[in-house]
Amino acid sequence: MHSARVEKFYYLMKLGREFELAAKEQYMQGNIAGFLHLDIGQEACSVGAMQAFDKGDVFTHYREHVLALARGMDPKLVMAELFGKVTGVSKGKGGSMHLFDPDLDFYGGDAIVAGHLPIAVGCAYARKIQGEKAGVFAIFGDGASNAGAFFESINIAAAWKLPLIFFCENNYYAIGTRIGWVSPFEELYHKARNYMPAKRIDGMDVCEVYKAVTEAKEYIENGLGPYFIEAETYRYEGHSMSDNGKYRSEEEMEIFKSRDPIENLKNKAIAQGLVAPEYFDEADKKVQKVIEEAIAFAASSPEPPLSELYEDVYCKECTNVIP
Amino acid sequence: MLYREALNRAIDEMMAADESIVILGEDVGRYGGSYRVSEGLFAKYGPKRVIDTPIAELSIVGNAIGMAIAGLRPIAEIMTINFSLLAMDQIVNHAAKFRYMSGGKMTIPLTIRMPGGVSRQLAAQHSESYETLYSAIPGLIVLAASNATYAYYGLKAAIALNDPVVFLEHELLYPLEMEFKEVDTFDPFKAEIVKVGKDLTIITYLKMRYDVLEAVPKIEDELGISIEVIDLNSLRPLDMKTIAASVQKTKRVVLVEEDHKTGGYGAEVIAKISEELFYSLDAPPLRIAGEDVPIPYNRTLELASIPTPDKIAQKIIQWGRKNGL
Ligand SMILES: Cc1ncc(C[n+]2csc(CCOP(=O)(O)OP(=O)(O)O)c2C)c(N)n1
Ligand SMILES: [Mg+2]
Repeated sequence: MHSARVEKFYYLMKLGREFELAAKEQYMQGNIAGFLHLDIGQEACSVGAMQAFDKGDVFTHYREHVLALARGMDPKLVMAELFGKVTGVSKGKGGSMHLFDPDLDFYGGDAIVAGHLPIAVGCAYARKIQGEKAGVFAIFGDGASNAGAFFESINIAAAWKLPLIFFCENNYYAIGTRIGWVSPFEELYHKARNYMPAKRIDGMDVCEVYKAVTEAKEYIENGLGPYFIEAETYRYEGHSMSDNGKYRSEEEMEIFKSRDPIENLKNKAIAQGLVAPEYFDEADKKVQKVIEEAIAFAASSPEPPLSELYEDVYCKECTNVIP
Repeated sequence: MLYREALNRAIDEMMAADESIVILGEDVGRYGGSYRVSEGLFAKYGPKRVIDTPIAELSIVGNAIGMAIAGLRPIAEIMTINFSLLAMDQIVNHAAKFRYMSGGKMTIPLTIRMPGGVSRQLAAQHSESYETLYSAIPGLIVLAASNATYAYYGLKAAIALNDPVVFLEHELLYPLEMEFKEVDTFDPFKAEIVKVGKDLTIITYLKMRYDVLEAVPKIEDELGISIEVIDLNSLRPLDMKTIAASVQKTKRVVLVEEDHKTGGYGAEVIAKISEELFYSLDAPPLRIAGEDVPIPYNRTLELASIPTPDKIAQKIIQWGRKNGL
């Protein structure tokens, strides 16, 4: 791995982690409300995947702040969205679960579990007939892999050989339901194995995620059909801010924390002499500054005006004819 | 009694009395339900009767129908009413129609609980009131619990009914402490006259009951009138008898609902009143409803998208002045 790449991994994961910690704090201060799903512990998945899948369309579920940042969304605009401000990526109308930026080919935050998967399939079909090489990336959780929409999607994507990467973040829990209680096995790549190449990887290791997604990307770009990646990972926080996550054992938590994606990357990079130790202090400082700026921007941004209530229900032309 | 405790107690007592009752849904078992309605039931009745399902709403309801056919009395929980759309085929094409399509041979005793409504900044995919969809389906019963008493007796009645019931709850009500009234006889299909009055009838249901009651003193004060408030409790069937008696007395009617105005549930109620009670009315009916927009995340916009006590008071006062009150 190139040292510049490792530095980028570290910076983005740290940015993601600090962003989430700041969001948590702002939630407790009452500046953010609703469902806030934090990605702490799972940063390697979003960062490794978005660094590898740097072109093409991205569809995601609601645990998507770090994915959005890794895709290149401005932390200021994401934080402002969480604050419900008009300067946010979705003008304050979507909030934490609905970060959209078509300029970055980033469609969602979708908060209907597995609801984005058939949409990703349709997009992949369009990319195929349009002759676009880059294809589509869809990320979802272990819980989503039990939904009918998931099974329909792997079937159709495989039947039509669509350029689509299914990226399943297996953090073992869907809110308080352990995957093994509601699925016959916990290694979820088995679900896709007969349809497409399917792999289980260490989702706490950003380099491994990067490699797997790079491989998948080459595969779909060659027109061979879809590809399934199951990344084993863990969320350190509850499902959302309204869940304490106490249904999980401390032992389990400790095991995953010992595999912390950020700490481990840093230690490995220093031990292997890939990155100078000073880099990390500088990166941390830069991250702090970016986060402070994001919060200041969000806090000082205006609320959406009341006239926004009826904006964006329809396109401008339609708004003129629909009373 | 907390609203959610009333629901919990109803399920618990019914399950204790009848072994054929099972509950199923996402996080209903070990977790105790995302709004804690099924708390304690897993420990008490075990995994055979308190079933943690995967995230698969179509199957939750479909499986429940199959269980009902086999002689069980399932209570399905849909975590939030938005997700019930994934189960809509099972609810509408299957549960609601089996009795009729079989010439009366099939019976589907099934209760589907659905929390809904605008909670607090949960944004467009988690803030809906779809009572208008389910109330339009022949073969379904639709009940709406606004208070602990109805939550308890209404849910028990729903479980005991031999037809599919969509049982609506409001997410903001779960943690509220409410008065609980013991009653000897209970009719789940009867509307409640929450407050007696003589000059104006306000019809409402679910959480809007409280917004209306908060607005009423101000309206009575401003207009110098007395207001009757009706909580519908049952949306299908609709208790037209109670409505008619009230409207014939007050000669004026306002309907307050949280769902979108266009095609909202209130449209049906007002249409029925117009058909049946037109000549009793001294003023055109007024509907106060949610705006015709997806619910926004921002708190100010969110509040602008639904009726609030202030808006209810203001709109009714304005309407009253225009219409001779
Ligand atoms: C169709 C649907 N059903 C239920 C829910 C409620 N819900 C939101 S997130 C969630 C758990 C999803 O778990 P998983 O897919 O593993 O993703 P994670 O939250 O672990 O990232 C559930 C049940 C929903 N949003 N949509
Ligand atoms: Mg999960």
